[in-house]
Amino acid sequence: MKRFFAALLTLLMLLALAPVLPSPTASAEEVTINVYNWGQYISDGSDGYIDVNAAFTEATGIKVNYMTFDSNETMYTKLKTGGSSYDVIIPSDYMIARLIEEDMLEELDFDNIPNYSLIGDAYKNTAYDPDNKYSVPYTWGTVGIIYNSKYVDEADVGSWDLLWNEKYSGKILMFNNPRDAFAISELLLGIDVNSENEDELRSAAYKLIEQKPLVQSYVMDEIFGKMEREEAWIAPYYAGDYLLMAKENPDLRFYFPEEGFNLFIDAMCIPKGCQNKEAAEAYINFLCSAEISGENLDYLGYSTPVPDAKEFMDPETAASDIAYPDTETLSHGVAFMNLSQATSQLTDSLWLEVKTQGSVDTYAIVCMAAVAALTVVYFAVHEARKKKRLRNRCKRWKE
Amino acid sequence: MKTKLAAPYLVWMALFTVIPLLIVAYYALTDSQTGQFTLANLQNLGNYIPILIKSIWLALISSIICLVIGYPVAYYIASRSELKQRILYMLIMLPMCISFLLRTLAWVALTEDTGIINNFIMALGLKPLPLIRNNGAVVLGMVYNYLPYMIMPLYSVIVKIDGRLVEAAQDLGCNNAGVFKRVILPLSMPGIVSGFTMVFVPAVSTFYISQKLGSSGTTLIGDVIESQFKTAYNPNLGAALSLVLMVVIFICIGVMNRFGDDEEVITV
Repeated sequence: MKRFFAALLTLLMLLALAPVLPSPTASAEEVTINVYNWGQYISDGSDGYIDVNAAFTEATGIKVNYMTFDSNETMYTKLKTGGSSYDVIIPSDYMIARLIEEDMLEELDFDNIPNYSLIGDAYKNTAYDPDNKYSVPYTWGTVGIIYNSKYVDEADVGSWDLLWNEKYSGKILMFNNPRDAFAISELLLGIDVNSENEDELRSAAYKLIEQKPLVQSYVMDEIFGKMEREEAWIAPYYAGDYLLMAKENPDLRFYFPEEGFNLFIDAMCIPKGCQNKEAAEAYINFLCSAEISGENLDYLGYSTPVPDAKEFMDPETAASDIAYPDTETLSHGVAFMNLSQATSQLTDSLWLEVKTQGSVDTYAIVCMAAVAALTVVYFAVHEARKKKRLRNRCKRWKE
Repeated sequence: MKTKLAAPYLVWMALFTVIPLLIVAYYALTDSQTGQFTLANLQNLGNYIPILIKSIWLALISSIICLVIGYPVAYYIASRSELKQRILYMLIMLPMCISFLLRTLAWVALTEDTGIINNFIMALGLKPLPLIRNNGAVVLGMVYNYLPYMIMPLYSVIVKIDGRLVEAAQDLGCNNAGVFKRVILPLSMPGIVSGFTMVFVPAVSTFYISQKLGSSGTTLIGDVIESQFKTAYNPNLGAALSLVLMVVIFICIGVMNRFGDDEEVITV
């Protein structure tokens, strides 16, 4: 019986490994691509909008294995540590520059992406991919402040300093990634968001530490729920996501802070180690067709880099001055550049300092010291008593 | 025969316990850029000592609360009829069939400022309570999630205590308090020690509970380790922290086991 169980266990353990091996039943024609994108960043069929991945499978027969990340840094770490292979990834501009620099992207074959010609000229020859060799824009957008008009006084609105306003202590959310968080602090202090100067970065970090007691939590996509339920009142986030949130809670408002804001492009790339480059290119091509881009971004609220796509959108969305701000507003936008590895590392360690600041809990330290002292005393007393008892026992035995 | 049966697990352990541990040690002792041997990762750890102490403190509090709640429950279950025992044991296990992450999120929904409990309180016309984003909420999350790990070993030890020993003590004139202190408690000591260990170890290294139920100031050592692997891409610092945490946990378990050993010496 035992042997039977041992054999069964071994079999189960082997079975657990099975998905790693190619399954023999899959026919040669069935192709699956692994797509790695931001969370809440594709129309998935909810609220009666298009299900983009299903539409792609229907059109081409290629299956999509869709996975999500919550920040560029998470995606980078996942790519870097390996163990997983992706066919299409959709990071932001500065991260694409970093991936290009570290030779982690494949050059695209634009013969397989005819829809590239639909992309607006403003989104070509960008700073992150000057020769248009590695990426095809998926969306672009801005970062601003979302606030709840029910609780936030209109007089306090206008600048990034709303996030430092003590009146709203405990109701403020903050980005949980160093690049976006530091940019806000830098914009408020009047420092270049692409600064590589150590002193400037340190002062930005101090500003964030100053803000920390007011911050409810450092979050990414959890902002959706927290703002919609009114658990928090103020949050910096991407303009496109504001439009999605405003559908759930009409009291939410958005503004572009006067000190300037991040203007970003998220683009589709193929990482080295891709298994099905042609299928991946077909996917990229599909996503930048006017119809799909229009219907997809109609739901998402992010801005489309395909001018023709606006025809396939709800006219109200296409005319939104938050998704498509005027040129005057856009002139205050700044793009993130790739920072040197040393600066990235400094930012990461400063960010860790911000996150761990204020966790020195004297009460806990005193209590732990007391516990340790009591334990030592307990053992000492116990040992002494044991010896005494043993001695007494010997004495009695002798008598 | 016995060694043959153990072979699959021994191979498993070598592949998935011993080798990964060596890799952790390798990362902890090398430089992230050059891959050269260095002690710099370990030297930097001084900054994280307060966080480590706080993590241990919260885990200790949770373990003690689990013990105080869990012991009477285990004792109660062990003294019921066999059918009732099985039903009650099932009920203790039942929440564990639901994902740990989901159960913690459920607590968030309950305790938030706009959560179920506070909505109820406000409906009664009272001021909402600060239930979430403090140390108490983190301890609550730990106690709730790890309580079954305390009850299970306690129950299995208490249920095996020979009833005749209790009767003998009573016959020799011991009162109820004395029976508990001199017979039941010493005999259930192994259960207490293993229950304590099983709660303390996951609690001290948790990161999810503190992120969801804690404030921006309750960063625990598990959170720091997670961030190094997940976003900062500094596995070397993460590995060094994990290594130190492991040593600290071993020391704590060692101390706890001494409490158990001692009792045995007295009963001899």
